[in-house]
Amino acid sequence: MKNLFSKKNLIWLGLLIVFFFLVQFLIDIRVITPYYRTIVYWVGIFIILGVSLNIIIGITGQLSLGHAGFMSIGAYSAAIVMQNMPDMTGLLLGMLIGGLVSILVSFVVAIPTLRLKGDYLAIATLGVGEIIRIVILNLEITNGASGISNIKNLISWPLLFVFVVLAVVLSANFKNSAIGRACISIKEDEIASEAMGIHTTKYKVIAFIFGAVLASVAGSLYATTYYVVKPETFGIATSINILIIVVFGGMGSLTGSVIATGFIGIINMFLQSFAEVRLITYALVLIVVMIFRPQGLLGSKEFGLDKILGFKPPFSKKLRKEKST
Amino acid sequence: MSYLTVEHLTKNFGGLSAVSNVSISVNEGELVGLIGPNGAGKTTLFNVLTGVYKPTQGKVILNKDGKSIELSKLPPYKITHQGVARTFQNIRLFKDLTVLDNVKIAMNQQAKYGLFGALTRLGKFYASEADIEQRAHEFLKKVNLDDLAYDLAKNLPYGKQRQLEIARAMATGAKLLFLDEPAAGMNPQETHALTEFIAKIRKEMDLTIVLIEHDMSLVMNICERIFVLDYGKLIASGTADEVKNNRKVIEAYLGEEE
Ligand SMILES: Nc1ncnc2c1ncn2[C@@H]1O[C@H](COP(=O)(O)OP(=O)(O)O)[C@@H](O)[C@H]1O
Ligand SMILES: [Mg+2]
Repeated sequence: MKNLFSKKNLIWLGLLIVFFFLVQFLIDIRVITPYYRTIVYWVGIFIILGVSLNIIIGITGQLSLGHAGFMSIGAYSAAIVMQNMPDMTGLLLGMLIGGLVSILVSFVVAIPTLRLKGDYLAIATLGVGEIIRIVILNLEITNGASGISNIKNLISWPLLFVFVVLAVVLSANFKNSAIGRACISIKEDEIASEAMGIHTTKYKVIAFIFGAVLASVAGSLYATTYYVVKPETFGIATSINILIIVVFGGMGSLTGSVIATGFIGIINMFLQSFAEVRLITYALVLIVVMIFRPQGLLGSKEFGLDKILGFKPPFSKKLRKEKST
Repeated sequence: MSYLTVEHLTKNFGGLSAVSNVSISVNEGELVGLIGPNGAGKTTLFNVLTGVYKPTQGKVILNKDGKSIELSKLPPYKITHQGVARTFQNIRLFKDLTVLDNVKIAMNQQAKYGLFGALTRLGKFYASEADIEQRAHEFLKKVNLDDLAYDLAKNLPYGKQRQLEIARAMATGAKLLFLDEPAAGMNPQETHALTEFIAKIRKEMDLTIVLIEHDMSLVMNICERIFVLDYGKLIASGTADEVKNNRKVIEAYLGEEE
């Protein structure tokens, strides 16, 4: 248990607490106005989406273009449950149901599609996202094209913060484990990975399901934040937006996705008042970034405390040697 | 029964018979060579032995602890779990990862926690991770690569990359190694270092090794027994001297423009 309360973890915890209260304070004194708050919520929800897609694409190397589909499962689950239970219990229950449905759907989908590679996989997952959307469009319980509105708005900074931190920490734990290493080895070289005794199909499926569940949780938060869910919200455009976060932040860098989402949120905010040029400017910024940093903001590296505070990896003899000489 | 038995193995690609009715056996602890001109089917044979391809006909049997396991029915990762690992003709390291991580991935089976432990870090997570890290370092020390533990695999000199690939295969816990042209592209010095390395690890870790070499000299030096493939067929087998003086072998190699 010693390691769970390591110096590094405690410093992270401290920073998070400070950050939480700082933002809460800024909200209380209205420096962060209700308008800015909507941007904070957007950023939080898309951090969960970006990080979870990064597990699938950046860590495991499986190009998936259907992420918004899993987001919609969570969104509709929360919306439907909250029709009858417009309170926190309803939201959490909807989230739970959405998560379970996502596990089921992603599992069924993963087995055949993850056999495909590259472009084929991308097209198959694009199809999956569309199928989910069309099913929702035609179901009665989801209210077809008009969707569900008047969902109780329960979002708040503390609620958002808890789920974003949870999602990012779980994703980081996923990455920094034997399971994460297995996934990374698949991305690096699937044939070599299999030859090293890694059951590649199993790990691809695990990564896919893990990402889908987190997307679903983000969807539930989305439903209660925007109090309307419609099938069109969860189309290809949204999947691509999430993909942009992953590419922009750097494939395989979870902290990169977090920073990229914040960045994109701020760009969107500044461009809000120039609706006509917004999409063009947005695209231009992305193109410029991709020209100068094709590997994304952080590449595959993580923003961490190790370098800043001079922590050493636990068994790093070589680094120690270099420092002493 | 021998440690590894290959019975009437055939692998066809469409009309081409890359491996054709090959039967060989390898005893525990042996170091055997597999030679033959380019395109003879050596790599294809390895690919069948390690599960990358299913054989068109025939089977591969491993005798381990008194049990016989039909490898040709298993997927590659399960073959590895049976203590059989390989290297590739074109190096296939996880090149953007460190030397240490390459080895840790090979040791993945040793992790004593599942998804829940990984996500929550409860239970055996920290103990198991520290254990794997320590074993990986110990292992790297044994193969003289520990001073490179934190270097990216792709930044290693060519000879060291080959060496790491062999080390990584061993780190899976393998007792039977298939090495596909481990000396390809090496200068004489590197080849010499590699030869010593193979001899050393074999003794220290009780390995059985099957080694492909296109170039005869390395194989002639260190292998106890040699199999010769030509056009998918086993045309000779025996000691270096026997094989060297075999008429069919001489013809196969003379027939090759080099
Ligand atoms: N996946 C494949 N599909 C079709 N033909 C193949 C495949 N792999 C190998 N071959 C063919 O099988 C023959 C043997 O190749 P290979 O086993 O690589 O030879 P070696 O390793 O002895 O040089 C060659 O003619 C090669 O073109
Ligand atoms: Mg070959």
